[in-house]
Amino acid sequence: MATKTPVSTTINGEPVEFLCEPRQSLLEVLRDTLHLTGAKEGCNNGNCGACTVILNGVAVDSCLVLGVEVEGAEVTTVEGLACRNELHPIQQCFLEDAALQCGICTPGFLVAAKALLDKIPNPTEEQIRFHLAGNICRCTGYDKIVKAVQHAAQEMAK
Amino acid sequence: MATANETKTSSYRVIGTRPIRHDGVDKVTGRAVYGNDVQLPGLLYGRVLRSPHAHARIRSIDTTKAEKLPGVFAVISSADIDPHESKMAELGEGSVNLQYLCENVLARKKVLYKGHAVAAVAAVNAHVAEEALKLIEVDYDPLHAVTWVLDAMKDDAPILIDDLKTEGAPLPHSKGPTNIAQHIVFSKGDIEKGFAEADVIIEREFKSATVHQGYIEPHVATALWSPDGHLSIWASTQGSFTCRQQTAELLALPVSKVTVTPCEIGGGFGGKIRVYIEPIAALLSKKSGRPVKVLMNRADVFESTGPTPGSFIRVKLGAKRDGRLVAGDAWMAYDAGAYPAGIIGPGCVCVFSCYDLPNARVEGFDVVLNKPQTAAYRAPGSTNAAFACETVIEELAEKLGIDPIEFRLKNAAKEGTRRPDGPAYPVIGLVETLKTAKAHPHYSATLEGPNRGRGVGCGFWMNAGLKSSVTAHVNGDGTVTLVEGSTDIGGTRTSIAMQLAETLGITAEEVVPRVVDTDSVGYTDVTGGSRTTFATGWAAHDAAIDIVKQMSARAAEFWKCSPDEVTFDRGLFSSKSHALTFKELAGKIQETGGTITGRASVEAKGVGATFGTHIVDVEVDPETGKVKILRYTAVQDCGRVIHPSYAEGQIQGGVVQGIGWALNEEYVYDADGRMRNASMLDYRMPTAVDVPTIEPVMVEVPNPRHPYGVRGVGEVPICPPPAAIGAAIYNAIGIRMYELPMSPPKVCQAIINEASAK
Repeated sequence: MATKTPVSTTINGEPVEFLCEPRQSLLEVLRDTLHLTGAKEGCNNGNCGACTVILNGVAVDSCLVLGVEVEGAEVTTVEGLACRNELHPIQQCFLEDAALQCGICTPGFLVAAKALLDKIPNPTEEQIRFHLAGNICRCTGYDKIVKAVQHAAQEMAK
Repeated sequence: MATANETKTSSYRVIGTRPIRHDGVDKVTGRAVYGNDVQLPGLLYGRVLRSPHAHARIRSIDTTKAEKLPGVFAVISSADIDPHESKMAELGEGSVNLQYLCENVLARKKVLYKGHAVAAVAAVNAHVAEEALKLIEVDYDPLHAVTWVLDAMKDDAPILIDDLKTEGAPLPHSKGPTNIAQHIVFSKGDIEKGFAEADVIIEREFKSATVHQGYIEPHVATALWSPDGHLSIWASTQGSFTCRQQTAELLALPVSKVTVTPCEIGGGFGGKIRVYIEPIAALLSKKSGRPVKVLMNRADVFESTGPTPGSFIRVKLGAKRDGRLVAGDAWMAYDAGAYPAGIIGPGCVCVFSCYDLPNARVEGFDVVLNKPQTAAYRAPGSTNAAFACETVIEELAEKLGIDPIEFRLKNAAKEGTRRPDGPAYPVIGLVETLKTAKAHPHYSATLEGPNRGRGVGCGFWMNAGLKSSVTAHVNGDGTVTLVEGSTDIGGTRTSIAMQLAETLGITAEEVVPRVVDTDSVGYTDVTGGSRTTFATGWAAHDAAIDIVKQMSARAAEFWKCSPDEVTFDRGLFSSKSHALTFKELAGKIQETGGTITGRASVEAKGVGATFGTHIVDVEVDPETGKVKILRYTAVQDCGRVIHPSYAEGQIQGGVVQGIGWALNEEYVYDADGRMRNASMLDYRMPTAVDVPTIEPVMVEVPNPRHPYGVRGVGEVPICPPPAAIGAAIYNAIGIRMYELPMSPPKVCQAIINEASAK
């Protein structure tokens, strides 16, 4: 009996097929099978948000999704934010506003911020802080991240 | 954010500007290679079996069943690593006893904390490795555990290390086995005489819980032990050379047989200096003949690495009616954790470091107990100490009826002040931070509403110098490749490159910084001690001077004049009749004798200490005990600021860690010494909704002993928050808190106790 299940899905706009064991998380598949290592493992139990991806329009912790669950789904990872060689405004604003230090939580914050701005293009500071509360950053104290998201919202409105 | 002294930096072209960091694009696109992103052909996945007991003898370990599980390639325990004698190895920022390091990596006869590594497996994937761990049979003989520092000092305490000898000052009543690893006594003047002169004396006792550095990236290491005997390690480490040395010593290899490649690192804060899994990955690779990656899970990180000490501190301070401090006495007991750790040392240095005390005595103890061996955490030892000293300072100011900042100004350490541990300060900026804080609109802003209060607090960190090396290659297009050994945790590629650029008169973007492995650059100590921008930046400055010297000689050759006739100013080489920019001359170096490489290795002296003064407004919910931070201003002497954005970021991040320490974070232990909250959800570090904007105010009192006046920024901002928040809570509800964290249950209990006492 086969121990792996074939899964067809769309990742960053491209059709992708992979084989995975039922126990493998989406995070594990992304990182170890598909070599999309932008999503990070910080806790592997949904506490830190470093592995955030957008699944059918919703920001989720990919460590809490099974690989087999993304059959037919649309997944966006940090690797899918930039358009060819042009950074997404959120990425550009994180750079300009120094919204990262060690950078390990950054992919998760960028993806969570994109999910937020897709839904609420002009969020208040409170909305930004609330929507990013599932992502932990231990380096920055959050201020520069919040300001970068506000900045990105302005850029995207142009 | 303007710095308080912007005009002084204006003569610089690069320093004080905010270029985009060189590694930025890699880090926002997910391309940067962190430790767990390393992939090698045939890679195996390693996992570590850890003790379920806080204290136990190991009777036996049977790995037979695990070895037979399909997909398992190697199983190791302490039988696979030769024991070490008690011998110290230098780590740069501190040193390590190899016997203890070895036993911490893999427990030998005893386990000394829950989470102590016992055995490890390498398998085809992580799931199989975890299944194999369950098949390892360890027979334990559980012993009594002790996790509170004062209990561990008692005569009848369970003894962790039978042959432990107390180092340092003799103990008056030492007899037989002990958990006291180190005893420190500093004194200055005559405290009895000092206290006799005092009009007001206040003495208080303080407890603080164990807290973790809390980096988001778990420890991870990949090792490949080649058949030719060469060991390669890809690590998440604050110091590649420190990692190399510890691993080489533990495995009895010459350092030349070990190459450590520092990957991008997802935070460290002092917790990624000691090796834990690097030697395990190496041994698993040796046994399996394959590369092996060992990754910790989050519970492993909490239970087996870090943390920083829990502590008990008694502080007594005496002052004259006019507000002059006359004497101070501190008694401090810090957790060492399972093995001697020595965080008490800096704790003792820091406790009275903000004040000019004519008479002082500090006594400290490093105490072994059944917790993970403690490690540095951002100004290690200073935050516990500042909470105690600053709270007593607040109470004295209140009793004397003096404004708390004014009281501190009357007693603030300045150039020439001698600390109780001996050294006298060079130029320092505590007074400047106090004056800036006092003049800041936050300090005079109205704070209305019930259960709201404002507090202030100061903090100190000594900063480190240590060794750094760089080489810098001039490229034909006028750029310079800067090769360095300092792991970049928060933008130091850029802050170092900016100092090279400033010296050469080129832009930050014209420098290409590369952090390389231990075979590709000279010895460099850890990224820690707030030393990287200071010391590696100094090396970059010196390498640039070396380049200027060599290029001036080339220009002289080209112009057929004496090198003495060539001058260099802001990127322009000139003689009486000629001039070439750095870029123009760089374009000619291949035709005038070939490549130019600047080099520098520094052992940086002249470290400039850093001080901060913080102001915080809080609101206490009297029903739940929850403390909300309403406003926070952090004034800090940063010395010369190289990259303001990243200096601000250090302050903001440090403050939020300090807020977490003050209000929420703690290791919760059960009666058997097991941590009960070893997940991020239960340990509960601050999130974006828990804190407001932290406003950094940077005062620049340049360090006169550094080429660009750098002091180091990263550590001190974590020190003031607990005391400042404690003062704010007192001003909000009239209750002094003497225990960290000041979490809702503790604040609630204090409110209930106060009400029942009335």
